[in-house]
Amino acid sequence: MTGPAAVPVEDLETLIACPQCDALYHAHAPAKGETAKCLRCHTVLISPKNRAGMTIIMLSIAIMVLILGALWFPFLQISQSGFRNSASLVDAALAFSDGPLVVLSITVLALIVLIPLLRVMLLLYVLWPVVFDRPPADHARAAFRWSETLRPWSMAEIFALGCAVSLVKVANLARIDFGPAFWMFASVVVIIVIQDRFMCRWSVWNSIDPRHSR
Amino acid sequence: MATLAHIPTAREKGLVSCRRCTRVWPIAQSVCPRCDASLISRDKHSLSRVWAWWMAGVLFYIPANLYPMLTTKTLLYTSEATIVGGAVELIHHGSVGIALIILIASVLIPVAKFFSIAYLALSVRRGDPSTSHSRHLLYEMVEYVGRWSMIDVFVVAILSSLVQLSVAASITPGLASLSFALSVIFTMLSAQAFDSRMLWDRIDPDHTARDNVPQVESTP
Repeated sequence: MTGPAAVPVEDLETLIACPQCDALYHAHAPAKGETAKCLRCHTVLISPKNRAGMTIIMLSIAIMVLILGALWFPFLQISQSGFRNSASLVDAALAFSDGPLVVLSITVLALIVLIPLLRVMLLLYVLWPVVFDRPPADHARAAFRWSETLRPWSMAEIFALGCAVSLVKVANLARIDFGPAFWMFASVVVIIVIQDRFMCRWSVWNSIDPRHSR
Repeated sequence: MATLAHIPTAREKGLVSCRRCTRVWPIAQSVCPRCDASLISRDKHSLSRVWAWWMAGVLFYIPANLYPMLTTKTLLYTSEATIVGGAVELIHHGSVGIALIILIASVLIPVAKFFSIAYLALSVRRGDPSTSHSRHLLYEMVEYVGRWSMIDVFVVAILSSLVQLSVAASITPGLASLSFALSVIFTMLSAQAFDSRMLWDRIDPDHTARDNVPQVESTP
């Protein structure tokens, strides 16, 4: 099956394997701002950034405040021939309220509010001690693993595009205006994208490695 | 400088890699000591999980197209629209761009995903190693694009909560929204269950045991 192990066990710490295609490399941290990609499948392996930890923490707090705020304000307002209605984020999530569609309400609420919020809190929990030179938090590794698992299920940006589509869809039925929560949510989407650019998973795993901790 | 053909895999070097934190361990290790993720060199059951989720995804996609996605009631008329029906209606109203977004996100992408995942899963057994590159690219596209199919479900959610203007106009969600959401979720799980490292395994791994492990190369 496998060839002879050409690499001595004690050297394993210096190796890194691409999670997508299993290509093996000798790892060394590139200079800040540089990116190391897998030569074969171009998956980003290492991408340390200047002051990344602090930046991610601040952006995480901003995301948390904006999501919680967006819950309370009206998201979209509609008016037609004297009738008015406004919907908040929670209203949108809970739109499927009858019968089997309740399942969908819970799913939508999770995808657009709960999971993005949970991810940010997990990141804060993991990175706070690291940035402030404390030993890693208990269960930091489990927390970061969960945050990574939940990544594809955080769908705030898709919901934002959904708003634009809805707007055009009912344009001939009624007049629609954006509420303050829409703009808060739109900025959350932008911040999440920026935050992800600062994230170097390799550096985070190194910083919470139990055998490296002080 | 390593050429693409000569990069050995962790497996070929008798090692197992952690897909979560990219650390490498001796092949007998079963849990990664750094991040506690379970280590499997190649997941033998990966393909059966892929097919199980795939089947569920395809099954739920059928009612998603037969039942109405939403029901619109105004003073003058009541109309029920399926996914495709709603898009056709939009084209009649002149919003071709939005109709295209809906058609791409709700019809083209899901169907293309079903075919792509099936092709990838079949290609593991008899795929030509020289096509590893393009197959991996296809896999990344499936992974990246899959989530965007949820957009139609969100549109239904937004519209049904917003358009509640008593007799003037109201929109209620239909059963298709549930089965469509389930179909998207199951297909995402199917793609996630796929172990993409299998796309790169060579038929004769022995000759690569001699290859040197290259340095990571970084670019600004």
